[in-house]
Amino acid sequence: MARLLPLAVFLALVGLLLFGIHWNAHHEMTEVPSPLIGKPAPEFTLPLLYEPERKLSRAELLGKPYLLNVFGSWCPTCQYEHPILSANVKPLGIALIGLDWRDDPDDAKRWLGRFGNPYDAVITDRDGRTGIDFGVYMAPESFLVDAQGVIRYKRIGMFTPELIERELKPKLAELARPARAAAP
Amino acid sequence: MTLRRAAPWLLALHLCATPAFAIDPLEFKDRAEEVRFQNLTRQLRCLVCQNQNLADSDAELAHELRQQVYELMRNGKSDEEIKRYLAARYNDFVLYDPPLKPATWLLWFAPGALLVAGAGVLVHVLRRRARAAVADLTPEDDW
Repeated sequence: MARLLPLAVFLALVGLLLFGIHWNAHHEMTEVPSPLIGKPAPEFTLPLLYEPERKLSRAELLGKPYLLNVFGSWCPTCQYEHPILSANVKPLGIALIGLDWRDDPDDAKRWLGRFGNPYDAVITDRDGRTGIDFGVYMAPESFLVDAQGVIRYKRIGMFTPELIERELKPKLAELARPARAAAP
Repeated sequence: MTLRRAAPWLLALHLCATPAFAIDPLEFKDRAEEVRFQNLTRQLRCLVCQNQNLADSDAELAHELRQQVYELMRNGKSDEEIKRYLAARYNDFVLYDPPLKPATWLLWFAPGALLVAGAGVLVHVLRRRARAAVADLTPEDDW
């Protein structure tokens, strides 16, 4: 028995290293899980891109779920995600709020003019403070906020049709359930 | 040198000086505050280039986070409060020094536990060898 001990230790080490390889292969190393999931979305009151004199706040959005999509005209990946938002997210019926992050509003308008505007509303976070409150560190990022204003899911990076099927749709189905239960 | 002749030189000097401020336009009230800011941002990780700290990173987000840290300092927040502020938004991942909590027990205590276990095994083996060596001796052996 005692003679097998070194072998057992060796095999345990091999197991640990294999687990490490498996883990790294299945996780995006640059994705840092958000500590805000399950917590109320941060407060914000930001001007609308197309009506800068009007502001949209977190409180006004309470009552129905929405997907807050962080983008910027400076962000190349956002260009790839953009047609997917229009074609694959919009038909899901969830309100789509664009957060134009650290961007010049004129550039954002030009960008949306060129590629089309899939958003129900676009708010501008020019100095990036609301982005920081949401823990945004790379665009695009998306936050699914429920009717009570709680962040239920976060996607770091662009949505792909496959990710929408695998992650977003089940989360939306989850949101629909308790809402129906709460309705009289 | 007349002022007229000195003016281009003064202008040139001024142009040389400006870029240094363009990197981070932060003004500290004294050296101690600057040192505190440098130490604090060195303990925070930049999320964009994840192997760099906030003090070294030139990513735009790092500029903004430095600005935020600076403003929090100016508002009288302690280092601990500033770290909590960032960790609440960006995860404990921003802290180079992970906090002690159940999820990080393995990280903090595993090395020590392995060391103690190793020492235990070593002591056990050495004792057994010593006993075996003693048992090998017969009573007739000369000491």
